[in-house]
Amino acid sequence: MLSLDFLDDVRRMNKRQLYYQVLNFGMIVSSALMIWKGLMVVTGSESPIVVVLSGSMEPAFHRGDLLFLTNRVEDPIRVGEIVVFRIEGREIPIVHRVLKIHEKANGDIKFLTKGDNNAVDDRGLYKQGQHWLEKKDVVGRARGSLLLTFCLFHLRFVPYIGIVTILMNDYPKFKYAVLFLLGLFVLVHRE
Amino acid sequence: MNTVLSRANSLFAFSLSVMAALTFGCFITTAFKDRRVPVRVHVSKVMLKNVDDFTGPRERSDLGFITFDLSADLQPIFDWNVKQLFLYLSAEYATKSNALNQVVLWDKIVLRGENPKLNLRDMKSKYFFFDDGNGLRANKNITLTLSWNVVPNAGILPLVVGSGQVSLPFPDMYETTKSY
Repeated sequence: MLSLDFLDDVRRMNKRQLYYQVLNFGMIVSSALMIWKGLMVVTGSESPIVVVLSGSMEPAFHRGDLLFLTNRVEDPIRVGEIVVFRIEGREIPIVHRVLKIHEKANGDIKFLTKGDNNAVDDRGLYKQGQHWLEKKDVVGRARGSLLLTFCLFHLRFVPYIGIVTILMNDYPKFKYAVLFLLGLFVLVHRE
Repeated sequence: MNTVLSRANSLFAFSLSVMAALTFGCFITTAFKDRRVPVRVHVSKVMLKNVDDFTGPRERSDLGFITFDLSADLQPIFDWNVKQLFLYLSAEYATKSNALNQVVLWDKIVLRGENPKLNLRDMKSKYFFFDDGNGLRANKNITLTLSWNVVPNAGILPLVVGSGQVSLPFPDMYETTKSY
């Protein structure tokens, strides 16, 4: 009789701890989601923080660096700005600098972009027959940077850590696997 | 606190928070700095042609040629948080068909550690100065400005306009000789 009571106690404690851990995990996930969505609202951008994926803006940005974007429609597009745009029919956004603008009195604007590290402008990247980009192609404006590769470069860690961030972007399933493993770790870790 | 793994874990977490604090310190100590310096731009030669725009839409457009001098001392801008400066010389003007036109004529990247004193003479533009149409001819007011984009290690990416612009008119007639 005594042993059964003891077992019941232990079983009940473990169940409550388990519920607590699940709730804890849920709290962490929902706070992270709230912060992310809050950033989306404040910046007006679908992806307020992006990882640089190509080397076309070197030596300013290397693969693995972080960029902070805003997407306020009322911000005028001017030369020298770094814009993030998507070409019609393509999914991958491109982060390049504005080279030329022609704006009409009513606000209609057409502009040309070029990557700092490219020898020619982006007309070769645009759609067949397309010579200019328009406001509707713009996904965001780069307003801030966190050049992780700067500090890491000197520690020779860039190949390894950069690859993780790039893998996470290129293979979304890898992202889910990492999140799943993190979640498992939080659940199992008692302290 | 007595297994290698838990020690490595707390060491890693601590170093992450130290790096985060350092990065924030890097950002906040340079966030409100004035990044402007005086700049001297001088134009020595202006020429105008009218040809098919071979860089893009194949319409007959005005093509401008400008030879310029640039001098500026960019040393005060560089600090521990500036990785590079992206300099660009842009021409801004208005035409009958477009209220605002901006064309980058020339650009240069100055990394931290490179010579920050700029003293260039008789420079030709790097990019073709095509107008969207024929608005350069007899245009009284084309303003050349040297600006720069400060690329920080951690922080805001500001676009700074150098003080010292120069305005120039374009000629009324097209040049038909092959010279430049």
